[in-house]
Amino acid sequence: MKYVDEFRDGTLARGLAAAIRAEADPARRYAFMEFCGGHTHAISRYGVTDLLPPNVRMIHGPGCPVCVLPIGRIDLAIRLAFERGVTVLTYGDCLRVPASDGLSMLKAKARGADIRMVYSAADALALAQREPGREVVFFAIGFETTTPPTALVLQQARALGLANFSVLCNHVLTPSAIQTILESPEVRQFGTVPLDGFIGPAHVSTIIGSRPYEFFAEEYRKPVVIAGFEPLDVMQAIRMLIRQVNEGRAEVENEFTRAVNRDGNLKAQALVSEVFELRRSFEWRGLGQVPYSALRIRAPFAAWDAEVKFGLDYRSVPDHKACECGAILRGVKRPSDCRLFATVCTPENPMGSCMVSSEGACAAHYNYGRFRDHAPDNGRSTPPATIRLAS
Amino acid sequence: MCLAIPARVVAFAADDQAVVDLGGVRKQVSLALVDGVELGDYVIVHVGYALSRLDPEEAEATLALLREAGALLEPASGEAPA
Amino acid sequence: MKPDYVRPLDLRQGRIDLNHGAGGRAMTQLIEELFARALANDYLGQGDDGAVLPAPAPGERLVLATDAHVVSPLFFPGGDIGALAVHGTINDVAVMGARPLYLTASFILEEGFPLADLARIVHSMAAAAHAAGVPVVTGDTKVVEQGKGDGVFISTTGLGALPAGRKLGGALARPGDAVLVSGSLGEHGMAILAQRESLAFESAIVSDSAALHGLIDALLAAVPGVRVLRDPTRGGLATTLNEIARQSGVGMQLDEAAIPVSAQVAAACELLGLDPLYLANEGKLVAICAPEDAEAALAALRAHPLGRAAARIGEVTADPQHFVQLRTTFGGQRLLDWLSGEPLPRIC
Repeated sequence: MKYVDEFRDGTLARGLAAAIRAEADPARRYAFMEFCGGHTHAISRYGVTDLLPPNVRMIHGPGCPVCVLPIGRIDLAIRLAFERGVTVLTYGDCLRVPASDGLSMLKAKARGADIRMVYSAADALALAQREPGREVVFFAIGFETTTPPTALVLQQARALGLANFSVLCNHVLTPSAIQTILESPEVRQFGTVPLDGFIGPAHVSTIIGSRPYEFFAEEYRKPVVIAGFEPLDVMQAIRMLIRQVNEGRAEVENEFTRAVNRDGNLKAQALVSEVFELRRSFEWRGLGQVPYSALRIRAPFAAWDAEVKFGLDYRSVPDHKACECGAILRGVKRPSDCRLFATVCTPENPMGSCMVSSEGACAAHYNYGRFRDHAPDNGRSTPPATIRLAS
Repeated sequence: MCLAIPARVVAFAADDQAVVDLGGVRKQVSLALVDGVELGDYVIVHVGYALSRLDPEEAEATLALLREAGALLEPASGEAPA
Repeated sequence: MKPDYVRPLDLRQGRIDLNHGAGGRAMTQLIEELFARALANDYLGQGDDGAVLPAPAPGERLVLATDAHVVSPLFFPGGDIGALAVHGTINDVAVMGARPLYLTASFILEEGFPLADLARIVHSMAAAAHAAGVPVVTGDTKVVEQGKGDGVFISTTGLGALPAGRKLGGALARPGDAVLVSGSLGEHGMAILAQRESLAFESAIVSDSAALHGLIDALLAAVPGVRVLRDPTRGGLATTLNEIARQSGVGMQLDEAAIPVSAQVAAACELLGLDPLYLANEGKLVAICAPEDAEAALAALRAHPLGRAAARIGEVTADPQHFVQLRTTFGGQRLLDWLSGEPLPRIC
């Protein structure tokens, strides 16, 4: 796979690891947040943690659209399927997210709700076109990357005058979430974690560009590096962040120059702003109400907005009391600090949002890293002697 | 987040669609979000849509940076061969 | 007296109806004209309620395994539910170290199912059984109303003979043992996924559906002391290794770079956000043997057409937590956990 395999090369990884060790100041501690679950996944899957010096700590952020989806939003979809007899279509990621009454979309499906998985928003539209007698609702989730495809199908639905199709929109925004992590009322409750910089998700920036992070770097004096999702991209971004910290800079740098520029995809941006507008506030699982952090469908498309069409009223449902997702999403706690982790809360039976998607901090640690909790030094595992790296 | 992957455009189809190839696997995707794509270009594909084009020269430049990182250093002792 | 003329089954246009399961003439006709004819052997030909089989040789023990097969679609690149039912059960018997002798097959057919499809499945089953030298000696057919079945479900049971003194089992892995696989992983699972309309991608990926008893014979001839054999079907390699680790009370340390996965399966997994190590295989073998036997075992596997791409992928470790760990291509460590839930394509 060209442009994939090259960025997973183990030999280059060892060279890059050596460079990181050489550049990290042993007298400092570095804490960087990889905002996005895709980066969390890459770090866990490739065991990148083992290649970093002990004074460089990666903290998983809340950038996983499934993890931050609040219970109440899933409840809306399940209620639509049960009470209005609609066919709910969504991405595979959403099916296992826990909802109220011990349900999830998958469990609701087992009880007779017509809920199906699609690969693409276009497939949802196509089903509505093929079966005009069927009321189809597309349950749309995701950050800025999945938003333009949803905007496209809404435009197409309007152009076709498709009366049996609507979208239940849960699209959320990356920059505002990062801001919330740094300054929300809950910070008092959770305490703060001293973050020295952020890794920003490249796929989001293919759409929005790198510009939205500039305010952020200036305002909060935190370096940001937009990074691709291959493990070498992540390591290179860590190296760039270490350099910025060492040099006292707080800039937005772009590691993913192969597909990201400052302005982003203007065509996609225009489309999104034609179809969507900011919500005043939106509930994030684990983060609570986050102002101006999500999108809703604009009035001209109201006929295809499931919330308007079916008069849905949103009810917030609190998470499990013992669940530490809020603190974990902010990097204040680690998954193994939670009483529920790997006991009551497992990937088969997720209690909190971080265990739901394979990209969630807890799921990534459970699936890939929990052997470290049993290691003698509890936390950082010792790499096997054969690959012990000179420090 | 946002599992997206670079794939090569190998054919155009109706309605702004194209066939992309990824390691021998072919899939139809929409080009509605990107302009000026030509045959042989690499695009980043996510949920059935191309989000952007991939610049081969920039990819090469990034790879060169990565290679350079290791070359700057003497090979650390005690490392297992790759 | 002339025998009554019975119009033969219409295997081109006909469909299963409730009469085919009612126990009357229609059912007998379906059995005689399709099942008995296609799967023909002396035991089945007797037409009794059971097959009378010879006792195994003195000192041999019997191995019995059973499998239910539900697969959608029924026909897929590299096979169909019929051949799969034969291969799957033969493999369950063979990985116990036994010589597969006989199969039984029971069919649950859905009203309205095209006879042409059924005939195709039964003939494929017959060809697979014939090629493997393991006859289907008794069977059963039931018909359910439309909407209560998925076209056809097949349950197969396999009987095999275990030679005296041979002992294989998931609880026999010991720290230090070598872990081997017979070829590249995830092909069956991905071949099935590729057929799903909702995913719609084109590839040359075909199911690896195959009977493994020949490969196992070759392996055990070279290394009689193999400790564990498994066919990593549902849940893939990762789940199978976790099962063995738990049964044996051990851990494992694998080397990711050594695990064979074809380029196309890897690419399709990238596209869907799936991990090939969790996808089903229907013609692959996991073998665990003493480290000093590993080279001979590998050579025996590679000398067989079904084991050309065999590889040594890691070793068994002493670990009270029974973790299966993977040394990544980066030299880092990660867990290779059980599969949790159905592997669903991801967007993130």
